[in-house]
Amino acid sequence: MAEQDLSTVPSADKVIELRKVNKVYKGAVDTQVLADIEFTIERGTFNSLIGASGSGKSTLLNIIGTLDRPTSGKVIISGKDTAKLNKNQLAELRNRTIGFVFQFHYLLPEFTAMENVLIPYNIYGGNPTKEVLARADELFELMGIDKVKNNLSTKMSGGQQQRTAIARALINRPDIILADEPTGNLDSESTLNIYKIFREINKMYKTTFLIVTHDRRIAEEADRILEIKDGRIVMDLRR
Amino acid sequence: MLAPRLAVRFLSSSKGQTTLIAIGIAIAISVQVFVGTLIISLQSGLLNDTIGRSPHITITSADENITIGNWGNLVTTVKGVGGVTAVSVSVDSNAFAIKENRSEPVLIRGLDINNNDKIYRINSAIYQGVRPGKGQVLIGKDLQILLGSKTGDVLTVATAKGTRNNLTISGFYDLSVSNINMAWLITDLDTARSVFGYGDIITSIELRVKDPYTADSVAKKVTAALNDPHLKVVNWKDQNKALLSGLQAQSASSGLIQGFILVSVIITIASILAITVLQKSKQIGILKAMGIKDRDASLIFLFQGSLLGLIGSVLGIVLGVGLLVSFITFAKGSPLKLSIDYIFLFESWVIAMVSSTFAGLLPARRSAGLSPIEVIRNG
Repeated sequence: MAEQDLSTVPSADKVIELRKVNKVYKGAVDTQVLADIEFTIERGTFNSLIGASGSGKSTLLNIIGTLDRPTSGKVIISGKDTAKLNKNQLAELRNRTIGFVFQFHYLLPEFTAMENVLIPYNIYGGNPTKEVLARADELFELMGIDKVKNNLSTKMSGGQQQRTAIARALINRPDIILADEPTGNLDSESTLNIYKIFREINKMYKTTFLIVTHDRRIAEEADRILEIKDGRIVMDLRR
Repeated sequence: MLAPRLAVRFLSSSKGQTTLIAIGIAIAISVQVFVGTLIISLQSGLLNDTIGRSPHITITSADENITIGNWGNLVTTVKGVGGVTAVSVSVDSNAFAIKENRSEPVLIRGLDINNNDKIYRINSAIYQGVRPGKGQVLIGKDLQILLGSKTGDVLTVATAKGTRNNLTISGFYDLSVSNINMAWLITDLDTARSVFGYGDIITSIELRVKDPYTADSVAKKVTAALNDPHLKVVNWKDQNKALLSGLQAQSASSGLIQGFILVSVIITIASILAITVLQKSKQIGILKAMGIKDRDASLIFLFQGSLLGLIGSVLGIVLGVGLLVSFITFAKGSPLKLSIDYIFLFESWVIAMVSSTFAGLLPARRSAGLSPIEVIRNG
């Protein structure tokens, strides 16, 4: 296990910083899902988080994404201590700083692909500017789905839907993309394509990626592999 | 604004469901408009029948001597009281109408009908003959039938003092109230005075007010303005307590019916929107993950509530007015006169809008409380 020295990373480059993060689900028997998780992720890096199902990797991703709060410990995103932010500030942080890609695309079925991609911008920016529309077009092209951008999200294939969801995660130029089994529902060819796109975006926009997967082959494509087991980081491998 | 856009899209994406809800609301509102108008018309009809052709406030002498002198000044004073729309004086006294061997008790009413007809509107009630001049009299429909009179007939009236006068029948009136049609002999002020041997006096001052329901408070103001213990001021509300409480009970029951209809509208909208929140929980969850604030997430459902209310209430008012118009057209012979009250329609619309927006509150709170993590965890 390669322990990293936190002090050697300049704070401006730490886009995600976890300090002694614990998550305990209260119940008849308390379940500790995460135990003293501590690591930092630098800006512009491509990281994967692996672990068996039930190891706590999705919970950890949700805590980093501020969708869930830790029982104890600190989560610092882009220099902001999330414990000090209220619900609205967290919502704004998610909108501006984080893009989510889930196993399921969660596109709004009432809207077209283009409208879905623009929603994160609509939330705070109102009507999209020309620049934003151009950015959306660019993303559709990059994803290779510009032919279906005006289709209702229900009138697309699974791969197209997932790519639309990725474009949506990128429209606000977030610092971080958090992806939870993003290719879990796709065939191997689509899977490879999606990872190629992720890599390209990582290079083009210096977007930081943290991808949860149980597929070791995919994880090995990343610059750094974190492995979680029983709520603890058991491996931190940089390449 | 994203919330209204989402609301519109959510509603338009399930057109069948939206149409059904809107029709449901529309039917309820149309019934509310119909019942409300029916009761308002019934009330105003009843009120019109009761006090449509009578004074709202009557000033008489409180003394044994029933006459009022110096009445010119009093009329001027009363005309200056706020809310008073018409003032008229009369000389009234009891007598007997004698024709051949019949003798009927009557009330001779000397009215200023040539100058002031705003209270009894006698002119429009004359169905045969003309207004009475000096030495002439109008008699009611029922008395005409009883006596078998024609215009130009001479009627002898005997007073309590024993004097007898012959008056010529100038015409006949119908004030739609059998007792009045039977008892009143209507003439001008001077004829009445000469029958009873009075000088320049009157026996009562009669008033109409702008809003009949304020007759009691206007009567108080009149009493204060006159400030004379020898005068007695009574208003129709005191004289018609049973009718008034009947009208009030009718208003209350009408309010109750309309209230229940609104409650059913609110429950319909609230329960359907609550189901919509469940249907759309995935969408709301992902919107929250993307950074929509709880407030905006709840606004979606408030907008949906008010949109449904808008569509439903406009449809409902159109439907309700349609029902009323067809009722008016097909029930022409009915004694009930329906009139469409636009202020009432506007009020109904505003209340329906407010209620449906209010109905969106509960689902809106649910939406605000929805946690994205629940949605994402449960897929």
